[in-house]
Amino acid sequence: MLEIKNLAKTYEGRTIFKDLNLTIDDGEILTIVGPSGIGKTTFLRILAGLLEADTGTMSLDGKALALDGNRSGADVGVIFQDFNLFPQYTVKENIELAPKLVAKHTPAAVEADSERLLMEMDLTVQQDQYPFQLSGGQKQRVAIARALAMHPGILAYDEPTSGLDEASTQRVIDVTKELQNTGVTQLIVTHDLPFAAALNGRIFDFATDVER
Amino acid sequence: MQYMLEILPSLLNGLKMTLGVFSLTLLGAVPLGMLVAVAMKSKLVVLRAVTNAYITVMRGTPLLLQIVFVYYGLSLANIVTLPRFEAAVVTFILNYAAYFAEIFRGGFQSISQGQYDGAKVLGFNRIQTLRYIVIPQVVKVVMPSVGNEVINLVKDSSLVYVIGLGDLMRAGNIAAARDVTLVPYLLVGLLYLILTITLTYGMRGLEKRMNYYR
Ligand SMILES: Nc1ncnc2c1ncn2[C@@H]1O[C@H](COP(=O)(O)OP(=O)(O)OP(=O)(O)O)[C@@H](O)[C@H]1O
Ligand SMILES: [Mg+2]
Repeated sequence: MLEIKNLAKTYEGRTIFKDLNLTIDDGEILTIVGPSGIGKTTFLRILAGLLEADTGTMSLDGKALALDGNRSGADVGVIFQDFNLFPQYTVKENIELAPKLVAKHTPAAVEADSERLLMEMDLTVQQDQYPFQLSGGQKQRVAIARALAMHPGILAYDEPTSGLDEASTQRVIDVTKELQNTGVTQLIVTHDLPFAAALNGRIFDFATDVER
Repeated sequence: MQYMLEILPSLLNGLKMTLGVFSLTLLGAVPLGMLVAVAMKSKLVVLRAVTNAYITVMRGTPLLLQIVFVYYGLSLANIVTLPRFEAAVVTFILNYAAYFAEIFRGGFQSISQGQYDGAKVLGFNRIQTLRYIVIPQVVKVVMPSVGNEVINLVKDSSLVYVIGLGDLMRAGNIAAARDVTLVPYLLVGLLYLILTITLTYGMRGLEKRMNYYR
């Protein structure tokens, strides 16, 4: 479970939000919507430990998440808007690099995990290709697999449907539902309202549900 | 032809010296340049100031002067007396590391913040991020500029004559002066050309090998 209390963020004296409270239960999908520039990505970066917050608390499965933007570990899995795959590594290597070097799992465990994820994300055929050879939807599924390989407590997506056509968007919806069935907690930032509705999860509206 | 064969051994001896200066400089200057480039991105103001000053001095004064300074200057000032070869190699490493550092700095700037973010959320620490994610991409980006410097280094190595080291250029000088002919210079030029052409092809090969991704 993710619990966020009284989170506040200002950029150079400008308040982005001053009292953000939300909880996400295990296996839940929470969709964050709101107009452009309202602070959705800012919040996601704070959650991911990439950006410092001013005050508040965040905890994931009872464990506090640091707010100082200098977090270590991979408790929050992130699917960035432009994926940030590592271009010099194949699909499989992108997925296996962190489990190998950071989590220091055994080679056999790393291999088994990546085989399963490649299968789940329908990337088996592409496993030896490089990111530049993939479509947008495929890149996104690599990013999801790469994050899942570290077994994060929550998976956070920033605008997962930007640049995707209708079929690929449907694919994202299917993937998130499959992950939900396996108990993965997910937070999805989007301003694509039909997509938000189709996700069929709880909706958190940044325009009305946050104090600014 | 007979004459060429006669002077060839002494030229090849000089070539050995040239290759020695060249390869030791590369071996030292590339890693040092990378370290300096990383230091330039440091949060420590002092470290940034020191590396900046170092680069300014190394790039802002002639290499020839630096060689003279390290060999004669440090000795006269009673700091340290280095043998000729060591003095030359140390100077070349310090000088070329500064140029490499500038090239690598540009390479680091071409890597998007997203790569650092992607590594961080997966739990990579700073060193792992550099080692496995960023530096491999930097190497690819800087390869053409590094190739240029490598060719420059071959030619710059002739500057070691100033402290009396017997490199290829000096061997040619000696033969030309002794036998009052320009033929040794022709041969010297040919040998430099063979060296730079080989290196150019080698560097292109390396570039190609890194073209498997974009
Ligand atoms: N580094 C920064 N320095 C100062 N202000 C910033 C910085 N990054 C973002 N902002 C400001 O914070 C606000 C929120 O930006 P953010 O990117 O979080 O919006 P968003 O809700 O994700 O928008 P979009 O839907 O367009 O992606 C914006 O007004 C933006 O100008
Ligand atoms: Mg955004």
